[in-house]
Amino acid sequence: MAPALDPMVGRYLRLDIDGTPHRLYFEEAGSGIPLVCLHTAGADGRQFRHLMADPEITSRFRVIAFDMPWHGKSTPPDGWEKTEYRLTTASYTAAIRAFCQALELDRPVVMGCSIGGRIVLNLAIGHAAEFRALVALEAADFQQPWYDTAWLHRPDVHGGEVCAALISGLIAPQSPPVSRHETLWMYMQGGPGIFKGDLYFYRMDGDLREKVTSIDTSLCPLYLLTGEYDFSCTAEDTLRTASQIPGAQVQVMKELGHFPMSENPARFREYILPVLAKIASTSSS
Amino acid sequence: MTPADCFAKLPDLLSDDADLLRRGRWLNVECRIDIGTEPFHLTFKDGALVSFDRGPRLMRSTAFTVRGSDEAWRHHWQKMPPPGWHDLFALTKRGAASLEGDLRPLLQNLQVFKDLLALPRRLAEAS
Repeated sequence: MAPALDPMVGRYLRLDIDGTPHRLYFEEAGSGIPLVCLHTAGADGRQFRHLMADPEITSRFRVIAFDMPWHGKSTPPDGWEKTEYRLTTASYTAAIRAFCQALELDRPVVMGCSIGGRIVLNLAIGHAAEFRALVALEAADFQQPWYDTAWLHRPDVHGGEVCAALISGLIAPQSPPVSRHETLWMYMQGGPGIFKGDLYFYRMDGDLREKVTSIDTSLCPLYLLTGEYDFSCTAEDTLRTASQIPGAQVQVMKELGHFPMSENPARFREYILPVLAKIASTSSS
Repeated sequence: MTPADCFAKLPDLLSDDADLLRRGRWLNVECRIDIGTEPFHLTFKDGALVSFDRGPRLMRSTAFTVRGSDEAWRHHWQKMPPPGWHDLFALTKRGAASLEGDLRPLLQNLQVFKDLLALPRRLAEAS
Protein backbone atom coordinates (compact mmCIF):
# COMPACT_ATOMS: atom_id res chain seq x y z
CA MET A 1 0.00 0.00 0.00
CA ALA A 2 1.30 3.49 -0.86
CA PRO A 3 2.27 5.66 2.11
CA ALA A 4 -0.45 8.08 3.19
CA LEU A 5 1.41 11.38 2.72
CA ASP A 6 -0.02 14.82 3.31
CA PRO A 7 0.57 17.04 0.25
CA MET A 8 2.63 19.82 1.87
CA VAL A 9 6.43 19.75 1.92
CA GLY A 10 8.68 21.55 4.40
CA ARG A 11 12.05 23.20 3.88
CA TYR A 12 14.43 25.60 5.62
CA LEU A 13 15.21 28.97 4.07
CA ARG A 14 18.39 30.93 4.83
CA LEU A 15 17.90 34.67 4.75
CA ASP A 16 18.90 37.90 6.44
CA ILE A 17 16.28 39.90 8.31
CA ASP A 18 17.44 43.39 9.22
CA GLY A 19 21.04 42.22 8.79
CA THR A 20 20.67 39.17 11.07
CA PRO A 21 21.05 35.70 9.55
CA HIS A 22 18.02 33.48 10.06
CA ARG A 23 17.04 29.93 9.19
CA LEU A 24 13.27 29.84 8.75
CA TYR A 25 11.13 26.77 8.37
CA PHE A 26 8.24 26.86 5.94
CA GLU A 27 5.78 24.46 4.40
CA GLU A 28 4.05 24.77 1.07
CA ALA A 29 1.62 23.06 -1.24
CA GLY A 30 0.00 23.85 -4.54
CA SER A 31 0.84 26.09 -7.45
CA GLY A 32 -0.36 29.38 -8.86
CA ILE A 33 -0.87 32.63 -7.00
CA PRO A 34 1.45 32.75 -3.98
CA LEU A 35 -0.55 32.85 -0.74
CA VAL A 36 1.63 33.51 2.30
CA CYS A 37 -0.02 32.59 5.61
CA LEU A 38 0.92 34.18 8.95
CA HIS A 39 0.20 32.24 12.12
CA THR A 40 -1.08 33.64 15.43
CA ALA A 41 1.08 34.75 18.35
CA GLY A 42 2.94 31.96 20.12
CA ALA A 43 2.04 29.36 17.51
CA ASP A 44 3.46 28.22 14.16
CA GLY A 45 2.61 27.52 10.54
CA ARG A 46 0.93 24.19 11.24
CA GLN A 47 -2.25 26.16 11.88
CA PHE A 48 -2.68 26.34 8.09
CA ARG A 49 -2.23 22.65 7.32
CA HIS A 50 -5.84 22.20 6.27
CA LEU A 51 -5.58 24.93 3.64
CA MET A 52 -2.46 23.26 2.30
CA ALA A 53 -4.34 19.98 1.97
CA ASP A 54 -7.36 21.43 0.18
CA PRO A 55 -7.23 20.78 -3.59
CA GLU A 56 -9.80 23.49 -4.23
CA ILE A 57 -7.26 25.97 -2.87
CA THR A 58 -3.97 24.41 -3.94
CA SER A 59 -5.17 24.03 -7.54
CA ARG A 60 -5.04 27.82 -7.85
CA PHE A 61 -2.76 28.95 -5.04
CA ARG A 62 0.76 28.15 -3.91
CA VAL A 63 0.01 28.13 -0.18
CA ILE A 64 3.08 28.91 1.94
CA ALA A 65 3.20 29.08 5.74
CA PHE A 66 6.45 29.96 7.49
CA ASP A 67 7.26 29.73 11.17
CA MET A 68 8.18 33.21 12.35
CA PRO A 69 11.68 33.65 13.79
CA TRP A 70 11.78 32.03 17.28
CA HIS A 71 8.66 29.94 16.47
CA GLY A 72 7.97 26.36 15.47
CA LYS A 73 10.92 24.75 13.67
CA SER A 74 12.61 28.04 12.75
CA THR A 75 16.00 28.24 14.44
CA PRO A 76 16.27 31.22 16.80
CA PRO A 77 19.06 33.61 15.78
CA ASP A 78 22.56 33.06 17.19
CA GLY A 79 22.85 34.54 20.67
CA TRP A 80 19.14 34.09 21.40
CA GLU A 81 19.97 32.96 24.92
CA LYS A 82 21.17 36.46 25.79
CA THR A 83 18.10 38.22 24.42
CA GLU A 84 14.55 38.80 25.61
CA TYR A 85 12.39 38.21 22.56
CA ARG A 86 10.11 41.10 21.62
CA LEU A 87 8.24 41.38 18.38
CA THR A 88 7.75 44.89 17.02
CA THR A 89 5.85 46.33 14.08
CA ALA A 90 9.17 46.98 12.34
CA SER A 91 10.71 43.54 12.98
CA TYR A 92 7.53 41.70 12.00
CA THR A 93 7.10 43.71 8.79
CA ALA A 94 10.77 43.17 7.95
CA ALA A 95 10.48 39.40 8.45
CA ILE A 96 7.48 39.08 6.12
CA ARG A 97 9.00 41.23 3.37
CA ALA A 98 12.36 39.46 3.63
CA PHE A 99 10.67 36.06 3.39
CA CYS A 100 8.64 37.05 0.32
CA GLN A 101 11.71 38.55 -1.37
CA ALA A 102 13.97 35.59 -0.54
CA LEU A 103 11.45 33.20 -2.13
CA GLU A 104 11.11 35.60 -5.08
CA LEU A 105 7.34 35.67 -4.76
CA ASP A 106 5.61 37.88 -7.31
CA ARG A 107 3.13 40.12 -5.50
CA PRO A 108 1.86 37.43 -3.15
CA VAL A 109 -1.43 37.42 -1.31
CA VAL A 110 -0.79 37.59 2.43
CA MET A 111 -3.29 36.17 4.89
CA GLY A 112 -2.57 36.54 8.59
CA CYS A 113 -4.46 35.72 11.75
CA SER A 114 -4.51 37.63 15.05
CA ILE A 115 -1.10 39.34 15.26
CA GLY A 116 -0.77 38.14 11.67
CA GLY A 117 -3.99 39.98 10.90
CA ARG A 118 -2.81 43.12 12.64
CA ILE A 119 0.45 43.14 10.68
CA VAL A 120 -1.52 42.61 7.47
CA LEU A 121 -3.18 45.95 8.23
CA ASN A 122 0.29 47.45 8.57
CA LEU A 123 1.28 45.96 5.20
CA ALA A 124 -1.81 47.61 3.73
CA ILE A 125 -0.79 50.92 5.27
CA GLY A 126 2.85 50.91 4.22
CA HIS A 127 3.51 48.37 1.48
CA ALA A 128 0.27 47.77 -0.40
CA ALA A 129 1.86 47.83 -3.85
CA GLU A 130 3.94 44.73 -3.02
CA PHE A 131 0.87 42.53 -2.60
CA ARG A 132 -2.01 41.51 -4.85
CA ALA A 133 -4.48 41.11 -1.99
CA LEU A 134 -4.42 41.10 1.81
CA VAL A 135 -6.59 39.00 4.11
CA ALA A 136 -6.75 39.92 7.80
CA LEU A 137 -8.28 37.28 10.07
CA GLU A 138 -9.28 38.25 13.61
CA ALA A 139 -7.78 41.70 13.08
CA ALA A 140 -8.46 45.23 14.25
CA ASP A 141 -6.60 48.49 14.58
CA PHE A 142 -6.69 48.09 18.37
CA GLN A 143 -8.06 45.64 20.94
CA GLN A 144 -8.66 46.05 24.64
CA PRO A 145 -6.26 43.79 26.64
CA TRP A 146 -8.00 41.12 28.71
CA TYR A 147 -5.17 39.65 30.86
CA ASP A 148 -1.77 40.42 32.29
CA THR A 149 0.93 38.93 30.04
CA ALA A 150 3.33 38.70 33.03
CA TRP A 151 1.70 35.31 33.76
CA LEU A 152 2.95 33.89 30.48
CA HIS A 153 6.63 33.57 31.44
CA ARG A 154 7.59 32.94 35.05
CA PRO A 155 9.16 29.94 36.75
CA ASP A 156 6.22 29.02 38.98
CA VAL A 157 3.64 28.69 36.17
CA HIS A 158 4.03 26.28 33.25
CA GLY A 159 4.29 28.58 30.24
CA GLY A 160 2.90 26.21 27.64
CA GLU A 161 -0.05 25.16 29.76
CA VAL A 162 -1.03 28.66 30.87
CA CYS A 163 -0.76 30.01 27.30
CA ALA A 164 -3.03 27.24 26.03
CA ALA A 165 -5.47 27.61 28.94
CA LEU A 166 -5.77 31.35 28.41
CA ILE A 167 -6.43 31.16 24.69
CA SER A 168 -8.69 28.11 24.93
CA GLY A 169 -11.65 30.39 25.54
CA LEU A 170 -11.10 32.11 22.21
CA ILE A 171 -12.11 28.91 20.42
CA ALA A 172 -15.80 28.69 19.58
CA PRO A 173 -17.72 26.07 21.59
CA GLN A 174 -19.00 24.57 18.32
CA SER A 175 -15.46 23.72 17.13
CA PRO A 176 -14.71 19.98 16.95
CA PRO A 177 -12.85 18.78 20.09
CA VAL A 178 -10.05 17.22 18.01
CA SER A 179 -9.36 20.52 16.23
CA ARG A 180 -9.67 22.46 19.48
CA HIS A 181 -7.04 20.33 21.16
CA GLU A 182 -4.70 20.35 18.18
CA THR A 183 -4.86 24.15 18.27
CA LEU A 184 -4.07 24.12 22.00
CA TRP A 185 -1.23 21.65 21.54
CA MET A 186 0.62 24.14 19.32
CA TYR A 187 0.36 26.73 22.09
CA MET A 188 1.75 24.28 24.62
CA GLN A 189 4.83 23.83 22.41
CA GLY A 190 5.94 27.45 22.11
CA GLY A 191 9.37 28.50 23.39
CA PRO A 192 9.62 30.18 26.81
CA GLY A 193 8.47 33.80 26.67
CA ILE A 194 7.70 33.73 22.96
CA PHE A 195 3.94 34.21 23.21
CA LYS A 196 4.58 37.05 25.65
CA GLY A 197 7.14 38.57 23.28
CA ASP A 198 4.68 38.42 20.39
CA LEU A 199 2.07 40.21 22.46
CA TYR A 200 4.50 43.09 22.98
CA PHE A 201 3.75 43.93 19.36
CA TYR A 202 0.04 43.56 19.98
CA ARG A 203 -0.16 45.55 23.16
CA MET A 204 2.68 48.06 23.18
CA ASP A 205 3.84 48.66 19.67
CA GLY A 206 1.13 47.88 17.16
CA ASP A 207 -1.63 50.41 17.79
CA LEU A 208 -2.91 51.27 14.32
CA ARG A 209 -5.76 53.57 15.31
CA GLU A 210 -5.86 56.55 12.98
CA LYS A 211 -3.27 54.93 10.69
CA VAL A 212 -5.76 52.55 9.06
CA THR A 213 -7.63 55.47 7.54
CA SER A 214 -4.73 55.87 5.09
CA ILE A 215 -5.26 52.38 3.58
CA ASP A 216 -5.98 52.56 -0.16
CA THR A 217 -7.86 49.42 -1.21
CA SER A 218 -7.61 50.43 -4.88
CA LEU A 219 -3.89 49.67 -4.60
CA CYS A 220 -4.50 46.31 -2.93
CA PRO A 221 -7.84 44.73 -1.99
CA LEU A 222 -8.31 44.12 1.74
CA TYR A 223 -10.55 41.49 3.30
CA LEU A 224 -11.31 41.26 7.02
CA LEU A 225 -12.94 38.19 8.57
CA THR A 226 -13.53 37.68 12.28
CA GLY A 227 -15.17 34.87 14.23
CA GLU A 228 -18.13 35.81 16.41
CA TYR A 229 -16.69 33.96 19.43
CA ASP A 230 -13.41 35.90 19.39
CA PHE A 231 -13.55 38.11 22.48
CA SER A 232 -9.92 39.19 22.07
CA CYS A 233 -10.50 40.79 18.68
CA THR A 234 -14.26 41.15 18.76
CA ALA A 235 -16.51 41.40 15.74
CA GLU A 236 -17.19 44.99 16.84
CA ASP A 237 -13.41 45.72 16.81
CA THR A 238 -13.14 44.45 13.24
CA LEU A 239 -16.30 46.20 12.04
CA ARG A 240 -15.09 49.47 13.58
CA THR A 241 -11.75 49.06 11.80
CA ALA A 242 -13.33 48.20 8.46
CA SER A 243 -15.68 51.19 8.67
CA GLN A 244 -12.65 53.47 8.52
CA ILE A 245 -11.24 51.88 5.35
CA PRO A 246 -13.16 52.66 2.15
CA GLY A 247 -13.45 49.53 0.01
CA ALA A 248 -12.50 47.06 2.76
CA GLN A 249 -14.62 43.90 2.62
CA VAL A 250 -15.60 42.60 6.03
CA GLN A 251 -17.40 39.53 7.28
CA VAL A 252 -18.27 38.16 10.72
CA MET A 253 -17.93 34.37 10.76
CA LYS A 254 -20.59 32.43 12.66
CA GLU A 255 -19.62 29.66 15.10
CA LEU A 256 -15.91 30.48 14.79
CA GLY A 257 -13.42 31.99 17.21
CA HIS A 258 -9.90 33.39 17.11
CA PHE A 259 -8.27 30.47 15.23
CA PRO A 260 -10.67 29.78 12.36
CA MET A 261 -8.25 27.89 10.11
CA SER A 262 -7.23 25.38 12.79
CA GLU A 263 -10.15 25.28 15.25
CA ASN A 264 -12.80 24.43 12.66
CA PRO A 265 -11.27 23.97 9.19
CA ALA A 266 -14.53 22.85 7.56
CA ARG A 267 -16.46 25.88 8.79
CA PHE A 268 -13.65 28.29 7.90
CA ARG A 269 -13.55 26.85 4.40
CA GLU A 270 -17.09 28.09 3.80
CA TYR A 271 -15.91 31.63 4.43
CA ILE A 272 -12.44 31.66 2.89
CA LEU A 273 -13.16 29.85 -0.40
CA PRO A 274 -15.33 32.70 -1.78
CA VAL A 275 -12.67 35.24 -0.77
CA LEU A 276 -9.92 33.26 -2.49
CA ALA A 277 -12.13 32.74 -5.56
CA LYS A 278 -12.64 36.48 -5.78
CA ILE A 279 -8.91 37.11 -5.47
CA ALA A 280 -8.15 34.50 -8.14
CA SER A 281 -10.77 35.91 -10.52
CA THR A 282 -9.38 39.44 -10.33
CA SER A 283 -5.73 38.44 -10.38
CA SER A 284 -3.43 37.44 -13.22
CA SER A 285 -0.91 34.92 -11.88
CA MET B 1 -33.16 26.43 39.41
CA THR B 2 -31.18 29.53 40.35
CA PRO B 3 -27.55 29.75 39.19
CA ALA B 4 -26.47 29.12 42.81
CA ASP B 5 -28.66 25.99 42.91
CA CYS B 6 -26.92 24.81 39.74
CA PHE B 7 -23.48 25.41 41.22
CA ALA B 8 -24.50 23.55 44.38
CA LYS B 9 -24.41 20.38 42.25
CA LEU B 10 -20.71 20.83 41.55
CA PRO B 11 -19.43 18.01 43.81
CA ASP B 12 -21.55 15.43 41.95
CA LEU B 13 -20.65 16.86 38.56
CA LEU B 14 -16.95 16.73 39.44
CA SER B 15 -17.05 13.22 40.82
CA ASP B 16 -18.60 12.08 37.53
CA ASP B 17 -15.70 13.55 35.51
CA ALA B 18 -12.72 11.22 35.78
CA ASP B 19 -10.71 13.20 33.24
CA LEU B 20 -11.08 16.49 35.11
CA LEU B 21 -10.18 14.77 38.37
CA ARG B 22 -7.06 13.36 36.72
CA ARG B 23 -6.02 16.75 35.34
CA GLY B 24 -6.75 18.45 38.67
CA ARG B 25 -4.74 16.05 40.77
CA TRP B 26 -2.23 18.75 41.77
CA LEU B 27 -4.79 21.09 43.33
CA ASN B 28 -4.13 22.16 46.89
CA VAL B 29 -6.05 25.36 47.51
CA GLU B 30 -8.88 27.07 49.35
CA CYS B 31 -10.89 29.35 47.09
CA ARG B 32 -14.20 31.13 46.96
CA ILE B 33 -16.63 31.25 44.06
CA ASP B 34 -19.46 33.78 44.17
CA ILE B 35 -22.57 32.95 42.20
CA GLY B 36 -24.39 36.24 42.22
CA THR B 37 -24.65 37.16 45.90
CA GLU B 38 -24.08 33.61 47.17
CA PRO B 39 -20.54 32.64 48.15
CA PHE B 40 -19.29 29.06 47.90
CA HIS B 41 -16.12 27.97 49.70
CA LEU B 42 -14.12 25.14 48.11
CA THR B 43 -11.15 23.29 49.59
CA PHE B 44 -9.02 21.01 47.41
CA LYS B 45 -6.41 18.65 48.85
CA ASP B 46 -4.29 16.65 46.44
CA GLY B 47 -6.95 17.15 43.82
CA ALA B 48 -9.89 16.02 45.95
CA LEU B 49 -12.72 18.44 46.74
CA VAL B 50 -12.65 17.85 50.51
CA SER B 51 -15.06 20.63 51.46
CA PHE B 52 -17.76 22.52 49.59
CA ASP B 53 -19.70 25.02 51.70
CA ARG B 54 -22.56 27.13 50.46
CA GLY B 55 -23.21 30.48 52.08
CA PRO B 56 -21.13 32.95 54.06
CA ARG B 57 -18.48 31.50 56.38
CA LEU B 58 -17.13 34.02 58.87
CA MET B 59 -13.38 34.62 58.60
CA ARG B 60 -12.91 31.78 56.11
CA SER B 61 -9.50 32.14 54.50
CA THR B 62 -9.27 31.92 50.72
CA ALA B 63 -6.40 32.17 48.26
CA PHE B 64 -8.53 33.69 45.54
CA THR B 65 -12.11 34.55 44.73
CA VAL B 66 -13.95 34.31 41.42
CA ARG B 67 -17.06 36.47 41.42
CA GLY B 68 -19.71 36.45 38.73
CA SER B 69 -23.19 37.89 38.44
CA ASP B 70 -26.21 35.62 38.17
CA GLU B 71 -26.57 36.79 34.58
CA ALA B 72 -22.95 35.84 33.84
CA TRP B 73 -23.27 32.29 35.14
CA ARG B 74 -26.71 31.79 33.59
CA HIS B 75 -25.33 32.61 30.15
CA HIS B 76 -22.06 30.77 30.78
CA TRP B 77 -23.86 27.55 31.62
CA GLN B 78 -26.14 27.44 28.61
CA LYS B 79 -25.75 24.27 26.57
CA MET B 80 -24.26 26.41 23.78
CA PRO B 81 -23.22 29.67 25.47
CA PRO B 82 -23.54 32.81 23.35
CA PRO B 83 -20.46 34.76 22.16
CA GLY B 84 -18.95 36.90 24.89
CA TRP B 85 -20.34 34.70 27.69
CA HIS B 86 -18.64 31.40 26.81
CA ASP B 87 -15.35 31.73 28.71
CA LEU B 88 -14.24 32.94 32.14
CA PHE B 89 -12.12 35.68 30.57
CA ALA B 90 -14.91 36.71 28.23
CA LEU B 91 -16.91 37.33 31.41
CA THR B 92 -14.15 39.29 33.12
CA LYS B 93 -13.48 41.34 29.99
CA ARG B 94 -17.12 42.42 29.79
CA GLY B 95 -17.17 43.19 33.53
CA ALA B 96 -19.62 40.41 34.43
CA ALA B 97 -17.04 38.54 36.56
CA SER B 98 -13.85 39.31 38.47
CA LEU B 99 -10.76 37.54 39.83
CA GLU B 100 -9.31 38.64 43.16
CA GLY B 101 -6.62 37.50 45.59
CA ASP B 102 -3.55 35.35 44.98
CA LEU B 103 -4.11 34.26 41.39
CA ARG B 104 -1.07 31.99 41.24
CA PRO B 105 -2.87 28.72 42.10
CA LEU B 106 -5.59 29.70 39.64
CA LEU B 107 -3.13 30.36 36.81
CA GLN B 108 -1.09 27.26 37.65
CA ASN B 109 -4.22 25.17 37.11
CA LEU B 110 -6.11 27.45 34.78
CA GLN B 111 -7.65 24.96 32.37
CA VAL B 112 -8.81 22.80 35.27
CA PHE B 113 -10.51 25.74 36.97
CA LYS B 114 -12.10 26.93 33.73
CA ASP B 115 -13.46 23.45 33.11
CA LEU B 116 -14.56 23.15 36.73
CA LEU B 117 -16.49 26.44 36.58
CA ALA B 118 -18.13 25.34 33.33
CA LEU B 119 -19.33 22.00 34.76
CA PRO B 120 -22.92 23.18 35.44
CA ARG B 121 -23.27 23.42 31.64
CA ARG B 122 -23.78 19.66 31.82
CA LEU B 123 -27.09 20.25 33.63
CA ALA B 124 -28.38 22.11 30.56
CA GLU B 125 -27.00 19.41 28.28
CA ALA B 126 -28.80 16.72 30.26
CA SER B 127 -32.18 18.47 30.34
